[in-house]
Amino acid sequence: MTLVSDAASHAAPTNDAISRASTLTAQGVSAWFGSHKVLERVSLDMLANQVTALIGPSGCGKSTFLRILNRMHELVPSARLAGNIALDGQDIYRSAAPVTEIRRRIGMVFQKPNPFPAMSVAENVVSGLKLCGMKVERSHKDELVETCLQKAGLWNEVKNRLDANGGALSGGQQQRLCIARSLAVRPDVLLMDEPCSALDPTSTHRIEETIAELRDDVTIVIVTHNMQQAQRVSHYCAFFLAAENEPGRIVEAGTTDKIFSEPDDPRTLDYVRGRFG
Amino acid sequence: MSIDGGGLLLQAPAHYKFDDDVPMVVVTQRTAADELYRAGARAAGAITLGLMGLIGFFLLYRSREAFSSAGWRFFTEQRWSPPNAFGIAALLVGTIVIAVVALVVAFPIAAGTALYITEYAPLRVRRPLTSLVDLLAAIPSLIYGIWGAAVLSGRVANVSRFFADHFSWVRLPALQLSFWHWYRPFQTVSNAGFTASSMLAGIVVALMVLPICTAIMREVFSQAPQGERESALALGGTRWGVIRDVVLPFGKGGMIGGAMLGLGRALGETIAVAIIISPKFDIHSLLQPLQTGGNSIAAHIALRWPEQSAGGVPTSSLMAAGLVLFVMTLAVNMVASLVVARSRSGSATEI
Ligand SMILES: Nc1ncnc2c1ncn2[C@@H]1O[C@H](COP(=O)(O)OP(=O)(O)OP(=O)(O)O)[C@@H](O)[C@H]1O
Ligand SMILES: [Mg+2]
Repeated sequence: MTLVSDAASHAAPTNDAISRASTLTAQGVSAWFGSHKVLERVSLDMLANQVTALIGPSGCGKSTFLRILNRMHELVPSARLAGNIALDGQDIYRSAAPVTEIRRRIGMVFQKPNPFPAMSVAENVVSGLKLCGMKVERSHKDELVETCLQKAGLWNEVKNRLDANGGALSGGQQQRLCIARSLAVRPDVLLMDEPCSALDPTSTHRIEETIAELRDDVTIVIVTHNMQQAQRVSHYCAFFLAAENEPGRIVEAGTTDKIFSEPDDPRTLDYVRGRFG
Repeated sequence: MSIDGGGLLLQAPAHYKFDDDVPMVVVTQRTAADELYRAGARAAGAITLGLMGLIGFFLLYRSREAFSSAGWRFFTEQRWSPPNAFGIAALLVGTIVIAVVALVVAFPIAAGTALYITEYAPLRVRRPLTSLVDLLAAIPSLIYGIWGAAVLSGRVANVSRFFADHFSWVRLPALQLSFWHWYRPFQTVSNAGFTASSMLAGIVVALMVLPICTAIMREVFSQAPQGERESALALGGTRWGVIRDVVLPFGKGGMIGGAMLGLGRALGETIAVAIIISPKFDIHSLLQPLQTGGNSIAAHIALRWPEQSAGGVPTSSLMAAGLVLFVMTLAVNMVASLVVARSRSGSATEI
């Protein structure tokens, strides 16, 4: 098994027939923790081969929304939701939906890097294969490890210590290892929840480059508090906002250019200019 | 002396000399309450340690008569007929055989129960199930003993017969008296029956150590980091995948520690074993756990105590046996806490 493109390209995103990324559509998504409603009727299209950034003040439900997109939300015992999420037109919450297969297709990178500490760097990369029952021949494994680490921009730093413990890497390297791990199971969509919030500028820059390279293969949804980052990496942007004691809603969504230069809603302008939130 | 810190005037402490670049002594004034608490905590710790030491010393002191009478033969002699020939060898073997049987039975059940409670059980049944398992610890060992002897005995005998019939070919390499030979655990050497065996005693002891093993494993499993669990799930993992790749690697140390703490208990279990086994002192036959008869240090002391309390070497010999048990359980528990403390999961677990 190998990943589709062998060399990362910086070309502008395209909607070619050869692209294998998928479109993720959310319609009227609401979410509750117990009786506390945290999201209300959120609708958003996350287009194939595009990077969509979710921005908004703390506590407005960005992480909740992201976790709904790959069925992680339901792992919280009191969590409930309403609405419709479709991956390439197929409802991921339909009753017969294979949850593990959906989570494999819609990967997630968390805010805090969490490689499996009992595994080596290489084992970490291929850990997802075993977890989701994908069989890969031994000879292909090394190739896969290299491809994924290269795509995550980590290969050069770790190629001489693939047997080192995954926890022995620096925070930024660990985060890129987690990205490589997510890529190894060939997701169609990659969700990233503040992937750079604990990282230094160099690692952040590295991951932003990685995102730019990945968009040929996968659809990316990224939550970020960093407006410059949103502007740098994303093509589309959705601004979430929760008024006091009210659930979060999308105030405005559109191309990143528009959101950052001439948004329709004055609250969006205030937020992206750093005037509140 | 003062420094001008960019418009802000910083006053250096009066005692601070800027020229000597040596580590300064930091003195923290403790409050009276703090002092009192420290003294109290220290005293409590000292009392516990002192008590341990006293017990050890008492056993050593009272067993000196036996040791001077038997010498080093105390550790190699199988028979127990003080004041002539007596030794701990058979008792030690019997104790270990029962403890091993107990652990072999208890470990998988405890691990399975703990995994079920932490990983699979719906929230509704999690709590009741946990208390139910903990409740097993509240049953007096005497009850386990009479239940084992009266109810379980016949059934275990059937199982033992089955093992003896079908697995007598099982051979394990073993070292006995400085030469290798094959140890056949399921081969009965004599045509004795299958009741009152180490197997039965071991199974009953297993039930008694089950709660502590389960509690520790449950505690350890539930501490497996949420982030790693979610990563595994987000990669498309099943629950079993999460257990295999996150929970078990994390809980390894705690599982071993929990098992060893159970072992510590199993070694010292007295009354249930005393009720169940019919004592024997032959190492060769003690190594056949299926066969009638068994022994353990604790049960032996309990059984012999009333008749031998006259004093002299017989009493002292029981003290010596007690000392061996004391040292052994202490060692097992210490190793257990070491293993637990060194593992990733253990450092956060109170044992
Ligand atoms: N497990 C939970 N149980 C109960 N309430 C929760 C839980 N997780 C989140 N919430 C609530 O849901 C709301 C949205 O949280 P969420 O984590 O989605 O915000 P966010 O936009 O990601 O914030 P941040 O930018 O700080 O990460 C918050 O009000 C929070 O208190
Ligand atoms: Mg968040």
